[in-house]
Amino acid sequence: MLWLLFLLVTASHAELCKPDAENAFKVRLSIKTALGDQSYTWDTNEEYLFRAMVAFSMRKVPNREATEIAHVLLCNITQRVSFWFVVTDPSKNHTLPAVEVQSAIRMNRNRINNAFLLNDQTLEFLKIPATLGPPTDSAVPVWIIIFGVVFCIVIVAITLLILSGIRQRRRKSKGLPEVEDAEDKCETPITVENGIPCDPLDTKEVHLNEAFVPEGERLTPL
Amino acid sequence: MALTEEPQSLVEDSGDERPKWDNKFQYLLSCIGFAVGLGNIWRFPYLCQTYGGGAFLIPYLIALVFEGIPLFHIELAIGQRLRRGSIGVWTAISPYLGGVVSAGLGCFTVSFLVSLYYNTILMWVLWYFLNSFQNPLPWSSCPPDRNRTGFVDECQGSGVVSYFWYRQTLNISADIGDSGALQWRLLMCLAACWVVVYLCVIRGIESSGKVIYFTALFPYLVLTLFLIRGLTLPGAKEGLLYLFTPNLEILRNPRVWLDAATQIFFSLSLAFGGHIAFASYNPPRNDCEKDAVIIALVNSMTSLYASITVFSVVGFKATNDYEKCLDRNILSLINAFELPDQSVSRDDYPAVLADLNATQPARVARLLLRSCRLEDFLDKSASGTGLAFIVFTECLLHLPVAPAWAVLFFGMLFTLGLSSMFGNMEGVITPLLDLGVLPRSVPKELLTGLVCLACFACALCFTLQSGNYWLEIFDNYAASLNLIIFAFFEVFGVVYVYGMNRFCNDIEWMTGRRPNLYWRVAWKLVSPLLLLSVFGAYLVLLVQKPLSYKAWNPQHVGPSMKPFPDDPLHGQCACHLCLRMGGSECIQDWGPSRPGAPAP
Repeated sequence: MLWLLFLLVTASHAELCKPDAENAFKVRLSIKTALGDQSYTWDTNEEYLFRAMVAFSMRKVPNREATEIAHVLLCNITQRVSFWFVVTDPSKNHTLPAVEVQSAIRMNRNRINNAFLLNDQTLEFLKIPATLGPPTDSAVPVWIIIFGVVFCIVIVAITLLILSGIRQRRRKSKGLPEVEDAEDKCETPITVENGIPCDPLDTKEVHLNEAFVPEGERLTPL
Repeated sequence: MALTEEPQSLVEDSGDERPKWDNKFQYLLSCIGFAVGLGNIWRFPYLCQTYGGGAFLIPYLIALVFEGIPLFHIELAIGQRLRRGSIGVWTAISPYLGGVVSAGLGCFTVSFLVSLYYNTILMWVLWYFLNSFQNPLPWSSCPPDRNRTGFVDECQGSGVVSYFWYRQTLNISADIGDSGALQWRLLMCLAACWVVVYLCVIRGIESSGKVIYFTALFPYLVLTLFLIRGLTLPGAKEGLLYLFTPNLEILRNPRVWLDAATQIFFSLSLAFGGHIAFASYNPPRNDCEKDAVIIALVNSMTSLYASITVFSVVGFKATNDYEKCLDRNILSLINAFELPDQSVSRDDYPAVLADLNATQPARVARLLLRSCRLEDFLDKSASGTGLAFIVFTECLLHLPVAPAWAVLFFGMLFTLGLSSMFGNMEGVITPLLDLGVLPRSVPKELLTGLVCLACFACALCFTLQSGNYWLEIFDNYAASLNLIIFAFFEVFGVVYVYGMNRFCNDIEWMTGRRPNLYWRVAWKLVSPLLLLSVFGAYLVLLVQKPLSYKAWNPQHVGPSMKPFPDDPLHGQCACHLCLRMGGSECIQDWGPSRPGAPAP
């Protein structure tokens, strides 16, 4: 009798959990990819932990606080490591709707990942998309800051160059009128050396170089 | 006799001093900086790869020896001898060449237009440069979609880097007719670029001559760093082997010779008037023959050096992509056949696949595995903005400390472009100064400021959403034919109008040696013939296929070819070619009529 009951139970379990069953989800783990040398082997204890995590996630859903580990069924475990799971209701006659299971898993995805030291890519729930992290945008985009710095430096440099150019030009134009005035008023200071006046070369009278004007009286006659 | 006599004075030193170079090195660096530009980095490697690797060097060297160096020598010689910018030089040689058949005015116009679009490329480089100061780099991952369940569709379809370029940088529209809105980010970068250019050319060569020490030498430093880094990456060897393996068969294709000739021509930046302007600031007795040979050789060496660097990095990327392709296939196999995780290595893959194919071919076929061949990934070459902003940018993601390499790379591109901009701006400003457009009392700073402002205003069209399309048109059609015509007139004008003997006398006066047979033959026969044939071939190719540009389709993955919108363009294009001889007046009617449409 008991044996018959056992058969019935396993049969019903087989009914409820099989690949592509209604409300069943496939899970795939890539432990070696994630952990390399420190990977653990997948055995029945790990399966127990998995069922516990799924039961834990379901218990957080309102109306499903009575979910037990025994309600989570795993089947078709392969070497890959991949398997299918379903969550049954307390009567163990039918499975809970996929939508509820999906939302429960999504809410607690982080906890489940961490229990197995894996992440969204190495612990995959096919058909349950992971929620991506929000994009990390700082308040002011970085490029504007650097742009501001570069732009300010360049503007300052241009202003300095223009100002220095204006100053140079003013100095040049101030220099020229002074010389012209002096020539007009004939106020060039005449320096005298050896009794010979050393006039700067008078540009208006190009031809006369006073230093060489032959003034016989100044020289001692031979 | 010619050594001591002052040759007939075509030069009036009009009293005010012409600016001078501080020293010879500054002059050489400026010319090298002008000649070495973005094309050395992103055009030459592509040509090498497409045209049979090492075999391409043969037509390239022939073009260099018979077309590049002779033309370059002519430009330097006439600039130095006549001590004027491009317009003045032609007016001095013959009033017909300067005024009516305005080759000089044409050079000036081309320099202006090329400045516009060259600085637009710098604007994009600056944008990438500014975005490189963050970790992780913004083009390393797709932004999540609104539900945060996956990535944005457009990004997933095209790839992260392409998405960043086409959507987050350009925000490109689907069609050239749809110009869209001004992109304020690009506008800011454009303003910054023109301000930087203004800062450097504010006093002509007095200011640009100081900056050139940095902008001309920094790229070589970065190229060396990248070379060292690139050669130590896995897969670099494959990339280099692939690039330099000569395929001599390809020399039978006339297209190779055409591309080699045009590459040399544009690489040396001939017929822009920039070199004439630079040489005009030289002392009259300067060995321009040696300068021409040195600069041309340095330019070609730089191209080779850059291509080694580019291809070692691209080889690394190809190997990376190949390994990822293999890994993807392996994962599909493992998942489908429930094999243990990590049980199939890359080396085992072919054996395992064959095994499974033999036992369960139907299931394997259903997996739709892609065939992974390293050659396919190495073949995915790109040139131009595609290389810089898509291929190489993706390569940078794989290097450790990616932001630092990104900053270096884009900084290098910026300084390369900037030093070429100096030459372009000189080609614009020196003729204006020589023509005496503004009275002498107006300071030089004001003139350069006005020119930069005018260029900035004209370049605003490139910041529209359709800007990249306009730029492609410029790149492909605006300058090329013009420059070949101007170069031809240069050679013709100097050799036949000015007179070969007179020119050789002038060179003897300047350098102390009479040009030997090689120069004379090249100037009289070979270069003009080469230019004519290049021009003819170009025209034939242009006429053969309809003018088109590559458009970005946000619904469909990747770019598609589109014909130019409508007939008015074809009609005006032909008319345009005939009138081009006349100079700048005719270039109004290109493109669908809309305000602000750029003139090519």
